[in-house]
Formats: sequence, structure tokens, C-alpha cells
Amino acid sequence: MHWVNAVVQGVLVGGLYALFAAGLSLIFGIMRLVNIAHGDLIVLAAYVALVVTGTLGINPLLSLVVVVPVMAAIGYGLQRGLLNRTLGDDILPPLLVTFGLSVFLQNGLLEVFSADSRRLQAGRIEVAGFALNAGVSVGALPLLQFAAAVAVIGGLHVLFYRTALGRSFRAVSDDPEVAQLMGLNTRHVFALAMALSLAIVAVAGVFLAVRTNFDPATGPARLIFGFEAVIIGGLSSLWGTLVGGVLLGVVQAIGAEINPGWQVLAGHVAFLAVLAVRPQGLLGRARR
Amino acid sequence: MSAAMRVTRSTNASRAGLVGVVLVLVALALAPLWAGRDGMRLLIDAYVYVVLASLWNLLAGYAGLVSIGQQAFVGLGGYTMFALAVLGGVNPLLGIPLAGVVAGVMALPVAAVTFRLRGAYFAIGSWVVAEVFRLLAAQVSVLGGGSGGSLPVGLITALARSRAAREHLMYALALGLMVAILAAIVVLLRSRWGLALTAMRDNEVAARSNGVDVERTKLVVFVVTAACTGMAGALVFVQRLRISPDAAFSVNDWTALVIFITVIGGIGRFEGPIVGTALFFVLRETLSDLGSVYQMLLGLVAIVVMVYARRGLWGVLAERSDLQLLPLHRRVRVAGFGRGGAPRETQSRPAP
Repeated sequence: MHWVNAVVQGVLVGGLYALFAAGLSLIFGIMRLVNIAHGDLIVLAAYVALVVTGTLGINPLLSLVVVVPVMAAIGYGLQRGLLNRTLGDDILPPLLVTFGLSVFLQNGLLEVFSADSRRLQAGRIEVAGFALNAGVSVGALPLLQFAAAVAVIGGLHVLFYRTALGRSFRAVSDDPEVAQLMGLNTRHVFALAMALSLAIVAVAGVFLAVRTNFDPATGPARLIFGFEAVIIGGLSSLWGTLVGGVLLGVVQAIGAEINPGWQVLAGHVAFLAVLAVRPQGLLGRARR
Repeated sequence: MSAAMRVTRSTNASRAGLVGVVLVLVALALAPLWAGRDGMRLLIDAYVYVVLASLWNLLAGYAGLVSIGQQAFVGLGGYTMFALAVLGGVNPLLGIPLAGVVAGVMALPVAAVTFRLRGAYFAIGSWVVAEVFRLLAAQVSVLGGGSGGSLPVGLITALARSRAAREHLMYALALGLMVAILAAIVVLLRSRWGLALTAMRDNEVAARSNGVDVERTKLVVFVVTAACTGMAGALVFVQRLRISPDAAFSVNDWTALVIFITVIGGIGRFEGPIVGTALFFVLRETLSDLGSVYQMLLGLVAIVVMVYARRGLWGVLAERSDLQLLPLHRRVRVAGFGRGGAPRETQSRPAP
């Protein structure tokens, strides 16, 4: 029965990975930017939540009301002030600038918050849950986290295909020059996309901080998990990030069940196997 | 094309540069006489970074393969040398070339998987591969598992009788490896492969349409740099005498710093990594006491250089003054044009 339990827990953790992946996939889709600092921004959001809960004395989940707009504003400023300058045909500048940003953020967090491991306390909801049967129980928090992932990805889907902003996103994604000719301010649209990406990062960061310990050096691993979920699910698919995240979570949980040292390794191997057998991802359509 | 055109590589600056290079190499070869123990250790460190950055430059700056996973081959080289020494009693010096062979062979399956990813996604994919290697190395208990291990004492004393003699030996090896790899890169860049690589650097589509087999060239560059990176890794851990998965597969030590060095020096130019290493060591020796603030500064400098001076320090200098250290850029000279003045150039400018 503990195998079934591992799978169930893996699926729920997969929701968190899908949240890591959604923000990454979003900006790649819109402006072909791969944000190497994505994981560090998730950790930054966790620290923002730490400060907010510390000063206002509120529940971490409630702190989202502050953390989401703060991260979105950071995203907008980052894109307008820095990342827009790096976009173009050459892939090196965005890659290396976000790499520099990653080093800057990690060490900035280290300077301000020290290397101590932190965690947010969410109160009674942390221990709440219900048992499906004798061996399988579901925690309220993981369930909430999974529901949040589904809601975020569903919301993105509606935003992309039902709203004017979504139409702008798709237009600049298809052809930024023509979009500009049609009267779109591409710099503003790109900045809104980054703001949206970091709003999702904020949700991911808060759930990460409640679920597990974090410190300034934990960002790169979050980037890798998000990236793996994107590739496993399929680069061109929003729902694919959820499928990829869930699969990654399940494989890691099964790996950990066999040998605690294999948890992360199993995820990497699954990622490489998908890349070798089905490089367009499980839900992906065209080959890149 | 008329007979009045000819292609030359050397300029006055490169001829003077060649003399300077020889003088500097003589001075470096004599370092045991003037540098002292700490100075020599610093120089060994610098040589390793010149090698790693030059190789990464070939990969990212010329072949367009922006890897964040070269620590895979540093670690693989180090662990190959270590495993041969611990399990087979193989002399670590013999382990260095063998590490190169193993790293080069392992680069083939790595390329088979990661080459399916393009551009920036290749970067993170190569990082995942390096993480797999790190996690696997931590699982091998005969090699010390997660905490690693030290080279057997018997093999260390077999290297050289005294500590001073060993240090001289390591210095000579590091300098020799750097000179050999830089020479190999110069020969490569001056060959047909080099012309293909330079064409790919400037415009991959145009290179393809002129008959360059882009995929094959990329694979060859990937395998060769992996082999050389593996040798550099083996050398590092022969010098350190101990190895652990976190040190051997460190993304910060073997990739982040290497990228920083190449970017500030000038990516896509032979001289860039050398200038970048010199600059980095000046920064490190003056600022590293600042700890994480120093690291933040490195990140900031990389961002500023990438946004405002994309070609790095050497790129900016070379552009202003037609400077090159070694005769690498090809120029077409047309009889009657600008006699004695600046020749008309082709192929020598990096893509804007």
C-alpha cells in the first residue's frame, strides 16, 4: 500500500513542480527567453513571504495578497529595465544576463538572510488531512497546493484564449514586429508577461516555503525541476506543464521509495528518457 | 575572384603579439625561480581557468553550444583519474590523458540526448546531465560516496620525492596543458574547421548554405572540448589530492566562473578568455574578502558587460585598434586598395 501512497504524494508534489514550470514555460512561449534565474526568483518570493509574515504576523497563505503583487512589480521592472535590452536573434545575451542575475540574487539573499535554512509555518492546516484508506492519507496543504496549480494553469488557459491581453501575448509570440505594427507596445507586453510569470513564481514560492526548508542556494534545483516538467510535458503546451510536473513528482516519489538517494536522480533519468524517446514531450506537437 | 586578391592573417599587431607571447611564455616557464609557492599555486589556478574558458569559448562563442554543464566533464575527468588510481593503482599522471579519453567517449551519448534541445534549452539540459553525473558519483561507495576521498599516499609519493618537487611538477604540467590546448585551438581556428567555426559564429544559416556541415562540426567541437575539459579536471584533482562529488561537479567553480571570465574578456574571440582570466584574478585577489558581496559584484559585472559591451573587454579594444594577439583573423587584401593602410576585411568581425 505504501507504493500507492508514494504515487498519491508524488502527484500532489507534482502540482508544485507544475507551478515552477508554468512561469518558465509562459515567458519562453511569449518571448523565447529562458530565465536561468527562475529558481532563484522562486526562492526570493519565499523570502518576501518570510518578511511579510514576520512583519504583519499573518498566515503564509494570506501573505500571497502582498507577495503576488510585489513579485509581479519586480517582474515588470526587471523586464522593462533589463531583460528587454537582451532580446534579439542572439540567444547568448538573455541567457548570460539571467545567469548573472541568478548569481546576484543567490548571493544577495545570502548577504541579507544568511545561509540558515528557513521555513514558513502555516498553522493548523499543515497537519490537517484525511485518510483515503488504511495506508493512504492526503494532507490538506498538498491538496490545496495541487488545486492552486490546476487553478493557475486553468486561469492561464482562459487568459490566453479568452482575453485581449491573451491575444496580445499570442500576437507578440507569433511575430513581435507585426504585432508592433498593429499598435501593440511589445516592450510593455513583454513586461506584463514577466509580471505574470513572477506572479505565478510568488504562488510557487509561498507553497515551497510552507512545504519544505529553503535557503539562498536552493534556487537552481527549483529551476531544474521546473525545466524538466516543461520538457516532459511538452514545450508548446500549458496543460503539459501540469502533466510533466505530476509525472516528475511521481517518478521522484517512486525513486525515493526504492532508495532515498535516488529521489532526484530518478527525476533526471525520466527527463533524459523522455528526451531520448519523445523529444517533443508527452503533450507536445511539433518538433523544435 | 581576381589574382590581385590574397588572404592574409597577420597584421603588425599580431606580429608584435607573437613576439610578446613568446616572451611571456619564457617568463612563465621560469616562474619556479621568481614566483614562490603561493604565486605558483595562483598561476596553476589561472592556467586551469584559461583552459576551461578557452574551451567553453570554442563551444559557446563559436559553435553556438551554450553549455551550463561543462562541470560534467571536469568531474568525470577527475573521477576517472581518481578511480584508476584507487582501484587500479594507476599513476595519476597517466590518469590525466586517460581521463581525457573517457570524457571524450562519454561526450557522445551526452550529445545524443542533449543535442535534441536547442539554444537555451540545451544549456539547462546539459546542466541536468552534469547533475546526474554528480548524483551517480555520490552513489559509488568504493570512491567515497557523497563525501569523496583522497588519493592513496603511495601514489602521491611516487609522483615526486618532496612536496616542493611535486609542486614544481604540477606547475610544469599545468603550464604544459595550457600551452598545448591553446596551441591546439590556434591550429584548429586556422584550419578548414576553424573557417567553418568562424562562419558558424557569424551566421549559422549562411554557414550552412555555404556547405558547412553544422551538426557534424558541433558534435566534433563538443567531443573535443569534453576530452580537453576532462584532462583539465583530472589535473585539478591530481593537484588537490582529494575529490568529492560536490567539488568535482560544482556548477559555480567550473561553469559560472568560466562563463564570467569568457564574457568579461570577450566571447567569440581567441584572446577573450585569456584577458578575462587576468581580469578575474585581479578582481578575486582584491575583492574576495568581501565574500558574498564579491560574488554579487561578479554577477553584476557580467550583466553590465553583456548589456553594454557584448564583445567584452578584448572585443572593445580589438575593435577600436585592429588588435589581435595571434594571426587568426582572415583578411582579404586587394591590390591597389588602401596600400599601406588598413586592408579591407572579411570574416573578421563577430556578428553584431
